[in-house]
Amino acid sequence: MATGDESIRHLLRRAGFGASPDELDYYSELGRSAAVDALVDYEQFDDDVDAYIGQPGYVGVTARGAFSPNTVINDARQRWLFRMVHSARPLQEKMTLFWHNHFATAYSKVAGAYGASDAARMMAAKPGEDPAGLRGQVETIRAMCMGSFRDLVIAMAKDPAMLVWLDGRFNTRQRPQENFGRELMELFSMGVGFYTESDVYAAARVFTGWNLRRTAAADPAPKYEFAYNAGSHDASAKTFTFPIYPDGGRTIPARAAGDGMQDGLDLITAVVSFPATARRLVTRLWNYFVSELNPPPEAFVDELAQVYLSSGSNLRHVVGRLLRSADFKSDANYFTKYSWPAEFVARSIKEVGWNGFTVNDAVGQMVNMGQVLYEPPDVAGWEQGAGWISTGGMLARMNFAAQLSRTQAASLASAVKPYAKTPDAVLSYFLDRLAPAPYDDGAYNDLRAYLTASGSWTGSDAQLRAKVPGLVHLIVGSGEYVFI
Amino acid sequence: MERRVFGPGGMSMAMTRRDFLRNGVGAFTIGLAAPAFLTELAQAQGAGSRTLVVLYLGGGNDALSMLVPYTDPYYYSRRPSIAIPAGDVLQIGSDRGGTQLGLHPRLTGVRGIFDEGRLGIIQRTGYENSSRSHFLGQDIWGTANPASPQSKGWLGRYLDTLPPPVSPLVAWDALREVPRALTSETVPVPAIPSAAAYTFASPNTGSEAALERAYAQRIASHVPIDRPHLAFVNSNIDAAMNTLDKVALVTRYVPSLTYPTSGLGQTLRTVAGAMATGAGTRVFWVQLGGFDTHASQVGANGAYPRLMTELNDAVTAFYADLRNQGLLNQALVMGFSEFGRRAYENGSVGCDHGAAGLMFVLGGLVRGGLYGTAASLNPDPKNPTLENSGGDVRHETDFRSVYARVIDGWLGADSVSLLGADFRRQDLAFV
Repeated sequence: MATGDESIRHLLRRAGFGASPDELDYYSELGRSAAVDALVDYEQFDDDVDAYIGQPGYVGVTARGAFSPNTVINDARQRWLFRMVHSARPLQEKMTLFWHNHFATAYSKVAGAYGASDAARMMAAKPGEDPAGLRGQVETIRAMCMGSFRDLVIAMAKDPAMLVWLDGRFNTRQRPQENFGRELMELFSMGVGFYTESDVYAAARVFTGWNLRRTAAADPAPKYEFAYNAGSHDASAKTFTFPIYPDGGRTIPARAAGDGMQDGLDLITAVVSFPATARRLVTRLWNYFVSELNPPPEAFVDELAQVYLSSGSNLRHVVGRLLRSADFKSDANYFTKYSWPAEFVARSIKEVGWNGFTVNDAVGQMVNMGQVLYEPPDVAGWEQGAGWISTGGMLARMNFAAQLSRTQAASLASAVKPYAKTPDAVLSYFLDRLAPAPYDDGAYNDLRAYLTASGSWTGSDAQLRAKVPGLVHLIVGSGEYVFI
Repeated sequence: MERRVFGPGGMSMAMTRRDFLRNGVGAFTIGLAAPAFLTELAQAQGAGSRTLVVLYLGGGNDALSMLVPYTDPYYYSRRPSIAIPAGDVLQIGSDRGGTQLGLHPRLTGVRGIFDEGRLGIIQRTGYENSSRSHFLGQDIWGTANPASPQSKGWLGRYLDTLPPPVSPLVAWDALREVPRALTSETVPVPAIPSAAAYTFASPNTGSEAALERAYAQRIASHVPIDRPHLAFVNSNIDAAMNTLDKVALVTRYVPSLTYPTSGLGQTLRTVAGAMATGAGTRVFWVQLGGFDTHASQVGANGAYPRLMTELNDAVTAFYADLRNQGLLNQALVMGFSEFGRRAYENGSVGCDHGAAGLMFVLGGLVRGGLYGTAASLNPDPKNPTLENSGGDVRHETDFRSVYARVIDGWLGADSVSLLGADFRRQDLAFV
């Protein structure tokens, strides 16, 4: 029977995707402080989770033909869910998901431009497994998710999928393309209210020439890659309404076209260094890790924005400080976040079990829950918090719970056998194992009543096989289980 | 710009039940509607009532490709690679300003509806200081409040005026998330992206499965006053349970013709099914996305012709099916987008975010035709039909005047109170 300190379970729901009984034991033994260190400094653990795909003892995947997560997007989705369930570096997956939502790029537009296989590569390929060494956008994020935010933004500005998604591939001095420049300011950094339309025009010109090219047809392993085309760059000066340089200068000077890539680096360096950007990122991290129901205290935002600004936008410093903060630890913030579908799915697999279960079934249900990995609905990412919740979305969560509990019926029934003597002991076992937000008396009594609704309790194997998956379905499908 | 979350805001844990109902979560009070009423209610609100189908063209529809001013030389000089050739447009005559206009060549069926006099196109719809942001733009169109686009939605405010108890399907959102326009204080709006998937599954079968369903609803029926966010989630589960059977009925609908297999085609098939089976829905929200055509807008595989084909085929099938079912006079389709696009093309065979666009209405009782006047695309900064130094189309009709007509003339509510001001216009008598 799973046990564990509530603070560890809270930590793992937030900095990870919940905990299997084994994970809970592992982190509980470390103790909270060392557990945070293990989560944050995850490079100490091998990044070998993918090697276990298809191995016995792990959640399954389903492929049509060979499993090919570097070239088939549905397989990439399965690989990512597999990582969320089994990675020894859960915070890395958690941060990757955070930035995937932040730089929200959708596979379908890339596929519309270059076809399914190249688009899957541009989103998800691991460089070591791609014939041309291409690194997909989410793999780039995964590698950089706890580094410097400035470096991450620069990598995204050069990322092939991003160059398709926000049309940077067409941005030339003859016809500046505003899409990336606008979203850099509106969504990726400081947000609305800190720039004007004239800044959008200037930003478009800054990134002229940041294009895409396909390596030569003769290349045995062709790929799309970033290319700076000096000939397409607008070399004239660009003036902004906000300071670009530490001396307050608002004008990026005219430069020889060959040096013009520096324009974009100057603009990115400026916008990532704004206090408004620091505060916006800290607030988004608060909502992701600490609470969606309680607003961040001013002092918290001040402190973490300062960590961000003084560390050169070092994300490991910021996230580490956040996870060690009193606000994060406070039990007032337990269960104050609506789980994302990916969080819900991975957590329930960990807590319910995965014997004979395939994450492909989760991929299918996540469509109706409102989250398809590699396919955010638009450049602003997913509608979070209460935005995940709708009648159709809740039915999808409940139906996923039904599917999962059906596949785990035998192992759940056998796990609870030692407690089968009374319905209260059975309920207590599952409330501990699944650890939903507390039930009020009314809901608790209903769960209890369900166990005996069709006949008095005997604890027989037949009764356990019917009631146990039903009970797990009701718990995982309940409103209480939505919150993490 | 971040989108905001629609749901319970920072509510005090000390609130009373009445405070909560007055101020709180929209999708909450369904639990108070006595299930016994629902059947009669559906009958009362079902067949025989008027239905509004809002069709949102997501991403910023390029109105100048949909309704083409094919005799304006600037249209061709400023859009050399994306303009629709004059010889290809489906000519539909002139507006009251004398500009000759034509529909996109893929809109053949839609042109038939226009010719029947059942399609109205309102040109140059928008608002002052149009936002070029998708997200702010959606909120402004959703709230009908450019000054403060954080309130409940304009259609949600309409739903709030309906006398309780309302049918649990009084509004039907075909997306996965509820758009701001439908956020309401008191009426839950179900999100039904797929009627076929809108079912209750169980790990068991037979009576045990039925028992689970009953207990799932019992558990969700609790209203934890001091936990408003849990109450909000529970209210959604409860509303889902209350709508399952009716939606299942809709999936058994047999249309009079074969709808296209496209997303929009299948969604409109479901809308027709809901109307035909008396689901009691007053407002449907459907979307066709992909209009953010910054690039590769035209050509054999171009985005815009594909969108126009999907729109045309789906709307034409819907229109014909409703007519065959005798439901055409009960439907009003209103199409809109969050902004139009620039008057001139960009360098990637597309065009960027602009200002005014167009709206359209169609249905059996619509007085069709061309409303308003087209812009001249003359880039002269003094051209009064453009703004932003001749870059974007300037609005002529405030979009809220179109909403006002829909509210007053179709929904039978009071636009002045719902929109907070008088936007009514005599010349917009399209319904």
